[in-house]
Amino acid sequence: MLTFIVRRTLWTALIMFVITLLVFVIFFKTPGIDPARAIAGRNPSPQILAEIRHQFGLDRPFPVQYALMMKRLFITRDLVSYSNQGQLVLPEIFAAAPATLSLVFGAAVIWVVMSVAMGVAAAVLKGTVFDPLLMILALIGISMPVFWLGEVTNLITQSRLHDTFLFSWVPPLGYTPFTQDPLRWFEGLVMPWLTLSILYIGFYARVLRANLLEIQNEDYIRTARAKGLSERRVLLRHTLRTSMITFVSLFGLDFGVLVGGGALLTEVVFGIHGVGFLTYLSLTNLDLPVIMATVVYGAFFIVLANALVDIAYAWLDPRVRPT
Amino acid sequence: MPEPLLEVRDLKVSFHTEDGLVRAVSGVSFTLSEGETLGIVGESGCGKSVTMMSVMRLIIDPNARFEGEVLYKGVDLMKLSQDEMREIRGRGIAMIFQDPMTSLTPVYRVGWQIAEQIRAHERVSRQAAHSRAIELLSAVGIPHAKERVNDYPHQFSGGMRQRVMIAMAVSCNPDLLIADEPTTALDVTIQAQILNLIRKLKDDFGSAVVLITHDMGVVADIADRVAVMYAGRIVEQGEKRELFYDAQHPYTWGLLGSIARLDRPKPRRLTTIRGMPPSLINLPPGCAFGDRCPHRFDRCRELPELTDKLGNGHLDACHLGPEQKKDLREVTIHPELTPGPP
Repeated sequence: MLTFIVRRTLWTALIMFVITLLVFVIFFKTPGIDPARAIAGRNPSPQILAEIRHQFGLDRPFPVQYALMMKRLFITRDLVSYSNQGQLVLPEIFAAAPATLSLVFGAAVIWVVMSVAMGVAAAVLKGTVFDPLLMILALIGISMPVFWLGEVTNLITQSRLHDTFLFSWVPPLGYTPFTQDPLRWFEGLVMPWLTLSILYIGFYARVLRANLLEIQNEDYIRTARAKGLSERRVLLRHTLRTSMITFVSLFGLDFGVLVGGGALLTEVVFGIHGVGFLTYLSLTNLDLPVIMATVVYGAFFIVLANALVDIAYAWLDPRVRPT
Repeated sequence: MPEPLLEVRDLKVSFHTEDGLVRAVSGVSFTLSEGETLGIVGESGCGKSVTMMSVMRLIIDPNARFEGEVLYKGVDLMKLSQDEMREIRGRGIAMIFQDPMTSLTPVYRVGWQIAEQIRAHERVSRQAAHSRAIELLSAVGIPHAKERVNDYPHQFSGGMRQRVMIAMAVSCNPDLLIADEPTTALDVTIQAQILNLIRKLKDDFGSAVVLITHDMGVVADIADRVAVMYAGRIVEQGEKRELFYDAQHPYTWGLLGSIARLDRPKPRRLTTIRGMPPSLINLPPGCAFGDRCPHRFDRCRELPELTDKLGNGHLDACHLGPEQKKDLREVTIHPELTPGPP
């Protein structure tokens, strides 16, 4: 176990290093990017540009610049935004994290519950019209791009039908912290949750259905029936339980990506100022320190999710447990 | 005559497929008394497993059609609801399958899986079921049962897993144990152990056994009576001695001829049955074995009935007369020992 943790940590460090290096190189090697010009504002004189370059260390050799940025990101933790003068980057990310976590956790609950229900229903109803119907529904869910679905949702709930009893409860776009007003927090997140989860419901329902049908043909399911267990027990305790091995490993990775800022489109469409939104802003402003920080934050969560998946995997499947 | 434990009457099983109707079992009848061991022998795909899976009502393919009666203690299983059937599965009739490597759910401890079956049929506490599982595991010869009860299936070897399967099968004292090729997937050395175990448990628990196999040697070892199946029908059925020493059907002769025997001079090569079993889609009329039979004659175009031609309970489905067969049999089984062209 200890060697596992140590190896894992070393791998994580290596991955982080490579990612940060890549982001750094891509940023500075992309044509037409000059951070100094972005910092300086409109029509700067060459003297001012040179002064800014010197002040931000942009005139120093490449490796030194990289090392300095890493030092300010990880050690002194006082990395400052390029475009927002004086704005410390790390507190900004920590302030944005709760919004992202709220969004992703809620969506994950919906998508797990719904996709298990749909996948199981489709597998059980195989041979009837409901199975293809559910699967077409799932395919539609997968096919709708989040930004489009989000805009349509906003159009309906914020404008067209906002004055009817259906959607009059939907608050204006934006995020209200849970600590400030739990009810408002919930109301404001219902539509984003649904929008974000629909893609995953469709995808997971299809994967789960296929997996369940595959497992239903296994010898041990026949054994379970021959033992005289009820169909319900065979389905829940044997078929579904075994297919959770696949389900959970997929879930862990998707969840990690989303917490790490992958819900960017949903956050932008619904005006939720989370980590994805921050990434979006920093990309439009070419604000390297913020890009760097969000990328590291995202990579951290993805690696963390990976480790958790491995642990969950061992918990779910005794065959992969180290003995 | 006491009521038989199991009586199968004219069982027919067919599957609708894209290529046509597959008649997997076309009219199988047999009876089994309490404590008796019946061996069902035949090549792969002759309907042995489908017959017994149908008895358990374990075929859930929506394209399958069933006809006939399966009387278990006088009750027609074909007419029972799934819930009533569930009461019988695992408690009245238990089944052991061919491949022990895949027959246990990989994510649960073996003891848990045995206890699950016990608790599905009896109102006992978790603890009681667990200790029963330990007793059963040591009864089937698993060393250190107390510790191994908490192991997962992948921590057992194939033979040990089959022992676990057997322990599970006998956990509720079934009247009937169906063993579907229980030794096929195992090493030869383990096969004998498993057969001995089945025989011992049969004696201890007094269960009747139906043993499905393609191995005449296994049947000779353990069965009281034998039914030989070919292309979805029983072609010969009788007491084990009768069947081995006075076989009546040319297909049985072929099976017997293909066993290497140590008590006879060594043949140059073993006899084989030429050809392949027929497709079960659009089976031609007449004797299904006709195309492969070395003694085919005109009447074989008609379907032979399974009847008792010797008058001693030994049934066979062949148009040849008993006297003709006596001459032909030795030539077919042991061509080496008889003069004449091979």
